[in-house]
Amino acid sequence: MGRITLDKVTKRFGDAEVIPPLDLTIEDGEFVVFVGPSGCGKSTLLRLIAGLEDVSGGEIRIDGTAATELPPAKRGLAMVFQSYALYPHMSVRKNIAFPMKMAGMPKEEQERRIDNAAKVLNLTDYLDRRPGQLSGGQRQRVAIGRAIVREPAAFLFDEPLSNLDAALRVGMRLEISELHNRLETTMIYVTHDQVEAMTMADKIVVLRAGKIEQVGTPLELYRTPRNKFVAGFIGSPTMNLIEGPEAQAMDAHTIGIRPEHLDVSSTDGRWRGTVGVAEHLGSDTFFHVHDTGLAEMITVRADGEVQLRHGDTVYLTPQDGKLHRFDEQGLRIA
Amino acid sequence: MARAVTPQRKAINTIAAWIIGLLIFFPILWTILTSFKTEAAAVAFPPQFLNFDWTFENYTTVQERSSYFRHFWNSVVISLGSTVIGLIIAVPAAWAMAFVPGKQTKNVLMWMLSTKMLPPVGVLIPIYLLFRQFGLLDTRTGLVIVLTLMNLPIIVWMLYTYFREIPVDILEAARMDGASLRKEIIYILTPMAVPGIASTLLLNVILSWNEAFWTLNLTAAKAAPLTAFIASYSSPEGLFYAKLSAASTMAIAPILILGWFSQKQLVRGLTFGAVK
Repeated sequence: MGRITLDKVTKRFGDAEVIPPLDLTIEDGEFVVFVGPSGCGKSTLLRLIAGLEDVSGGEIRIDGTAATELPPAKRGLAMVFQSYALYPHMSVRKNIAFPMKMAGMPKEEQERRIDNAAKVLNLTDYLDRRPGQLSGGQRQRVAIGRAIVREPAAFLFDEPLSNLDAALRVGMRLEISELHNRLETTMIYVTHDQVEAMTMADKIVVLRAGKIEQVGTPLELYRTPRNKFVAGFIGSPTMNLIEGPEAQAMDAHTIGIRPEHLDVSSTDGRWRGTVGVAEHLGSDTFFHVHDTGLAEMITVRADGEVQLRHGDTVYLTPQDGKLHRFDEQGLRIA
Repeated sequence: MARAVTPQRKAINTIAAWIIGLLIFFPILWTILTSFKTEAAAVAFPPQFLNFDWTFENYTTVQERSSYFRHFWNSVVISLGSTVIGLIIAVPAAWAMAFVPGKQTKNVLMWMLSTKMLPPVGVLIPIYLLFRQFGLLDTRTGLVIVLTLMNLPIIVWMLYTYFREIPVDILEAARMDGASLRKEIIYILTPMAVPGIASTLLLNVILSWNEAFWTLNLTAAKAAPLTAFIASYSSPEGLFYAKLSAASTMAIAPILILGWFSQKQLVRGLTFGAVK
């Protein structure tokens, strides 16, 4: 079981309020991702749940019991750190055994769980090595192994893939998702990478300056962002946000259209412009179009086969029903 | 791009390093050589390097006239005692400053360092009077106390630098893994800090062993360590260079051997944190 409730949780460092009163419920078995730009308080929020930071106000409940005052060791949560935080003087086996040793678990049970974890994480051949002799990906797997043997109420991941190279990151992302499918344990995952958030989460919590901007499934956030910030943060390349007469004509302060929701034509369309930079990715091509008469440069995501080059003239038309409208406060207009 | 080192450049560097090393080592070598000369050969001009009659006479004379082992034992007790007590005080202090720093931590550290800039002679009279008052003159206890206090800033600083290098993440991971503060210290922090504690211990044993100002001023006979043993061969007997050298050699030999065996540890300790 791992239902975590935050009730008006607040955090202040001196006079600075980094997390204003915040309410959030994480259901048992859910994969929740905290996402936001650097300094938005997502790691602080995770550390509050872990008990590594004391809350300045409010209450944290884990499975209905008050955990606000409990030390990290007593909360039954396991954490995987960005730096892996393995114990460098211990072998992989001892690293994984450490939480069980602290819990006073019988030796045979420890051995059984270590073997299981090693099998699941492909670490069997490395059990007697020191962390210093492992690659980044293997170290992160050891860190995950150390977390799963405890069978915690919930896993907390603090940007666990940031130190890995791109290819490894995609592989580990998949492994963590598979682990979640198999264990069905609550997972809270902090990242600044919206692709990780979109691909892994059951539920995404978008944070800015310690405040929750929106909570929802990845597709909810993609389809109906509640405000301009979420609209700009979720999706890659980012949504085109257009102000001025074009927006006013639609009774909005700002209109938004995602790069993949623009139809490209060489003969006619709503906005005529010139291709600036074309980025060919193979599967897709990103065009940066200017001189459209709009103040902003427009990014378009088109099929990889579309052959347009720097200086070509294009016509862009937003697809029906894909335009987002926002008012002066940046809030979505339904 | 890494700078290319040509063979010539390498050769010049090697020769320069050897010359500097030999220059530094020369006084010690000369002392050792002189200790095997007769008094006449010791002051001969031009100086004799290896072409003299080797003799052990100075060592036997020194041992007969004064008890080397009593001084040696005093040195051991004083240097080890002051280092161990210093560590017992400094470990928790450095721990607190490294892991739960307060607003004044930096200032406290600077203040401690500043005490090392005070010339010891400036406090000699008050300390001498206090020692006389408490009956600590010419006692090993007194020397242990004063040397502990003298070296404490260095011990705290060294340990502080070491502890700062231990990533907080690892300590937090231990906390998440269910370790209490006591277990965190026993299973995680101490094993990780052992190299630092060891090199701090070594350096302070050496510093205390070589300390001469306080040992000469606060001891007479009973508690006199090897520094006083050397000093006793300098003035009252006239200039007996060969015997003085023999006494010096006997005094520095133990610490030289200790330093030789632990040099790797020492260098690591002294340069730790300098390069990340």
